[in-house]
Amino acid sequence: MSDAGTLTRAAIEAVWRIEAARLIGGLVRFVRDVDRAEDLAQAALLSALERWPQTGIPANPGAWLMTAAKHRAIDEGRRQAMMQQKHGELQRAAPSGATLDVERLDAPVGDDVLRLVLIACHPVLSRDARAALTLRLVAGLSTAEIARAFLATEPTIAQRIVRAKRTLAEAKVPFELPEGDELRARIPQALEVIYLIFNEGYTATAGEDWLRHELCEEALRLGRVLERLVPDDAEAAGLVALMELQASRARARVSPSGEPILLLEQDRSRWDGLLIARGLAALARAEARARPLGPYALQAAIAACHATARRAEDTDWARIVALYDALVALTGSPVVELNRAIAVSMAFGPAEALPLVDELAGVPALGSYHLLPAVRGDLLVKLGRHDEARAEFARAASLTMNERERGLMLRREAECRRARGEA
Amino acid sequence: MKIMVIVKATKNSEAGVMPDERLLTEMGKYNEELAQAGILVAGEGLHPSLKGKRVKFSGAAREVVDGPFTEAKELIAGFWIWQVRSMDEALEWARRCPDPMPGEESELELRQVFEPEDFGEAYSPELRAKEEQLRAELERKARS
Repeated sequence: MSDAGTLTRAAIEAVWRIEAARLIGGLVRFVRDVDRAEDLAQAALLSALERWPQTGIPANPGAWLMTAAKHRAIDEGRRQAMMQQKHGELQRAAPSGATLDVERLDAPVGDDVLRLVLIACHPVLSRDARAALTLRLVAGLSTAEIARAFLATEPTIAQRIVRAKRTLAEAKVPFELPEGDELRARIPQALEVIYLIFNEGYTATAGEDWLRHELCEEALRLGRVLERLVPDDAEAAGLVALMELQASRARARVSPSGEPILLLEQDRSRWDGLLIARGLAALARAEARARPLGPYALQAAIAACHATARRAEDTDWARIVALYDALVALTGSPVVELNRAIAVSMAFGPAEALPLVDELAGVPALGSYHLLPAVRGDLLVKLGRHDEARAEFARAASLTMNERERGLMLRREAECRRARGEA
Repeated sequence: MKIMVIVKATKNSEAGVMPDERLLTEMGKYNEELAQAGILVAGEGLHPSLKGKRVKFSGAAREVVDGPFTEAKELIAGFWIWQVRSMDEALEWARRCPDPMPGEESELELRQVFEPEDFGEAYSPELRAKEEQLRAELERKARS
């Protein structure tokens, strides 16, 4: 429907969004510079905005944009070469642009996108820079959109992206796609960035700009793209499973007044069945790709235990404990151990769980972690030890930074006081 | 946002004419592209309405009507659900779809799937609370 009369800027930008990653990824291979590749791609977009309203969107818009960008690169290369000759300089053996290897543009497109993902998620960059660059280069978001989604100003994000590109150039990050073990070692970095983007959106609260929530969808999409690019990576499938399953609960996790609703109290009829099915399918792919499961797949497997329980009381807590056992063994994280203790309490009772939590009380990393006394207080209440519980809730209230949480802890503390009075 | 892309039925699809190998290959490639772009959430093709049923409602009455149904243009032959950022993006993907019904006029219809935020300001916390209350009541009634 390339009716010239109705062709809008929005339609052309939609093409851009679809083609950006492949276009920039291909150009990076061509000119070996992220900044220049993006400039060339943007210039091609500008010519499309000029031309397409007259001609309509071409049959193969991706190829059109690539050709436009390539011609520009060659022109720039020639101009540069001429300048150099003018100044009496010898032409270097491989000047950029003039002798660009056009044949290389026919290599598999998937490699270009993967290359771009790995460059954007390169470990020389800070975590914030990785997220911004990935959204910009791979997801095709504008600087303004990224700024809104991350609650930052546009100049801040623009600066972050400029600096990231400079860092990549200075570090002489190679543009060849790594192979074998080296490639495998880089995938977790990309997965981490995608999960970071997902969580940024997932923690957005009800009243916030919808673009923030859309970060979840962007991350899901990036995850699905990456999973197909590395078909034997189990954790890529595990991350997709985890994100699909978490996203399936998005509608049910906030009350009408904006209060968070805990997992076990959520209205399960509001969970998104389509995303649950997709999550379970992705988990099955992860399980088929590798055993034992990695950390993302394990977290997804735990999320799947909840997703497949029709009522909260149907939850298979013993299985969740076993999955946490594996996760603790992999990560050694005391926060994961605390979660495991909660699962133990659900599966085998609070008396079993309390000693596990007591053990964690000595871990320095959890010294100011408010959930530790909160969980301990909860277990003590279940055991009828209200006096001790009261002190734990008071401590949790003094540790949390979150107003809503502080309110909840103080309410629980008051409940303990009343319960003791009645006893 | 999610968009449901509806493939409208045609005389041939209603007659049970199966797509030829070329179309199957092209559609396979197209589906692969949708999946590679991370937007393909679901998609199915449907049997002709000959195998379908309709349940008609009129007050308390329920009437079951057997297929086939007339008016092929009003019927659907399949659907996708895509997760995209805008209707424009979905339109661009739809434009790239191979002709789903070679030799016949056919069309895709794009419809946005409702999500809570679509109600915008009008869907205030109070309204949501009311709706949830209503749901809870309906459930109670259904159980009793």
